[in-house]
Amino acid sequence: MTTATEKPSTVLDSDRRTSNRLLPPKRKKLRSSALPVFLVMPAVVLMAIITVAPAIYAFVLSFMGRKVTGGLLGGGTQEIFVGLNNYVAALTDSEFWASITRMLTVAVVGVPATLILATVFALCLDAKRARLTGFTRIAIFIPYAVPGVVASLLWGFLYMPATSPIGGGVIDYFGSTTIFFSVANIAVWGVVGFNMIILYTAIRGLPAELYDAAQLDGASELQIALKIKLPLIRPALVMCGLFSVLGALQLFNEPTTLRPLANAITSSWVPLMKVYSDAFVTNNIYQGAASALLLVALTVGATVVVNAVGRRLGKANK
Amino acid sequence: MKRRALLSVAASLGASLAVGTLISGCSTNSPSSSGGSSGPVDLTFVSWDPHMDSIVNIWNAANPDIHVSLVVPSQGADELVTKFITQNKAGANPDIVKVEYQSLPALISNSVVVDIGGYVPDIASKFDASALAQVKFEEKIYGVPQDFAPLVFFYRKDVLDSLGLKVPTSWDEYAQVARAVNAANPKQFLGTFSGGDPGWFAGLSQQAGANWWSTKDGTWTVAVNDKASTKVADYWEGLVKEGVIKRDPFWSTQWSAEMNDGTLVGWISAAWAPAQLPNIAADTAGKWAAAPLPAWKAGDATTGIWGGAAMAVTTNSKHPEQSAKFLDWLNTSEEALAAQIKTINIYPAATKGRSLPELDKPPVFMSNQPDYYKMIGQIAPSARSFDIWGPNATLTFGAYRDGFSTALQNGTSLSAALTSMQKTTVDDMTKLGFTLSK
Repeated sequence: MTTATEKPSTVLDSDRRTSNRLLPPKRKKLRSSALPVFLVMPAVVLMAIITVAPAIYAFVLSFMGRKVTGGLLGGGTQEIFVGLNNYVAALTDSEFWASITRMLTVAVVGVPATLILATVFALCLDAKRARLTGFTRIAIFIPYAVPGVVASLLWGFLYMPATSPIGGGVIDYFGSTTIFFSVANIAVWGVVGFNMIILYTAIRGLPAELYDAAQLDGASELQIALKIKLPLIRPALVMCGLFSVLGALQLFNEPTTLRPLANAITSSWVPLMKVYSDAFVTNNIYQGAASALLLVALTVGATVVVNAVGRRLGKANK
Repeated sequence: MKRRALLSVAASLGASLAVGTLISGCSTNSPSSSGGSSGPVDLTFVSWDPHMDSIVNIWNAANPDIHVSLVVPSQGADELVTKFITQNKAGANPDIVKVEYQSLPALISNSVVVDIGGYVPDIASKFDASALAQVKFEEKIYGVPQDFAPLVFFYRKDVLDSLGLKVPTSWDEYAQVARAVNAANPKQFLGTFSGGDPGWFAGLSQQAGANWWSTKDGTWTVAVNDKASTKVADYWEGLVKEGVIKRDPFWSTQWSAEMNDGTLVGWISAAWAPAQLPNIAADTAGKWAAAPLPAWKAGDATTGIWGGAAMAVTTNSKHPEQSAKFLDWLNTSEEALAAQIKTINIYPAATKGRSLPELDKPPVFMSNQPDYYKMIGQIAPSARSFDIWGPNATLTFGAYRDGFSTALQNGTSLSAALTSMQKTTVDDMTKLGFTLSK
């Protein structure tokens, strides 16, 4: 169950390595209270420069606006303080809420599909009679290594009537309803392997005696999977759910790549696309900053909710 | 891991501008006076034309004092405009930029480009009024027009001939031919209505007499949903609903495949199309022919314009005089224009360029139509544009893409989408502080 948290630690590893290089063995006398501070410095400084400072700047920008002065084309242009105007504009823009609704629709299709498929794959791989597990595991995992844009292009060609080998001429994959499934499908295809590995590792970490005991009691392989393994990996499932929800909030690559292929996807189809097109296509960086910050708030909120729900489920289990 | 990705979006949003504001203090807003002739100068030039490098090389070989380095951008034209506006604040713009006509006012309103009239005083005499109108605002010249792109109707001559159909000369005939083509083969269409190409729809509206933006005494009038544009939208909506015209956007892989396999047997495009067609429908070379755009009134030769670009000198440039000189050579000298016609297949904006012998030979893709450029030359004078492009035309264009795509997808009214484009445009101009008449 701790396995999944190992991923971020690779970042720490590399930081530790750099600090070690900076710190020759001679200086071992450094006071123990100063050493930890010194060790985390590189990470803190980088975080401040790359994440915190721009975030503060985006925060400032979100209260600004552009105003032209004089002349037909407004030769002079200045930045002015507009207060909460950008936030009000974002929150009262029906397109902002429509984009959130579309994102949630994709999430409603995609998140359960990801979790169910990942669980089924993980349980199947762990089944006693499973063969070729090494190969299958890699095969299911490989799509995760395919960059989102590439995957979307690939699926785009599969969907497009002119090139589709999977019935694109008969089924309209870019229809007003089907588009949600088409987009969710690409996302699920990409992340199901990653989630499967987390769940599979969690299952492998369960003590084998449990299975022996269950077998002695006459439980079938299926009963062991559903009644023993599944409840015990619930914390891992909650975490997979959290990842999937956060992934859905950040939906961008798939719809953006599919957009030129059909009429079904607009430039503000999901919130991140709206932020992008506000800031970089229609040149309203201020509005973009406000929408982006609202989205950050939404993400934090979703994290808290999923965590709370997950914890409650975990407790109910005990 | 995923959360970091989100933050970095917000972060990069800020970062690009953070740098911008820090440096903006040092950028100069007036043409620099350091343009003296001491030593060679190095100019950077951003253009997305294929083969532009070979033309820049001609200049560099002849002008060791003014070296031009070509940068091919990775963004689309609209995103490039936003990038120039952002970089302007950082003083980081290249010296010379290529910009589509409809985006030039946005660059002027953000003080990204400078008046070059003073550096090349005779530039105005080298263009006709309609080309000059695209770059001249309030008696100042903000760029040198490169090409001119009147709308032209391209069709598969072999298919229309075999069906015994005549080339449509009016929009009524166009609708009849569209029905006939589709009736003969339900899988074949005379064209597609693209929800992804606002410049194309603007051109069609221009032909019908639309005037989306006009000005009088410093006051703007915005009329995106005027009578003429609404007529055009209604006409196409009818054909799309009838099912005789497809609704796939141009430039998609789907559309290219349909152009190439004969599903689509016509394309309303512009003079530059023969340069693009080899990448779209390579297998159909020599089977296409071009004709003037069908007319609303019989005998009316008016056509619209789709695309075309000018080249401008940026406010950030330390060598505006040399940059202007290079642009003058690139877009008005016989040597450079001949090379551009041959390698980039442009139809030049400069008056002199339109009588060059290079125009006697058709583009390779149109080898079966020897008088291709002659025909373009005949329709070019009757091409009309709007009085002026609005200072936020990119926003209007974005509203077209979203509104028309959605309307086509859901089968709702195209003219309602025009009305929402109008509202988006007016709201934004009001917010920015422009004076609008109402």
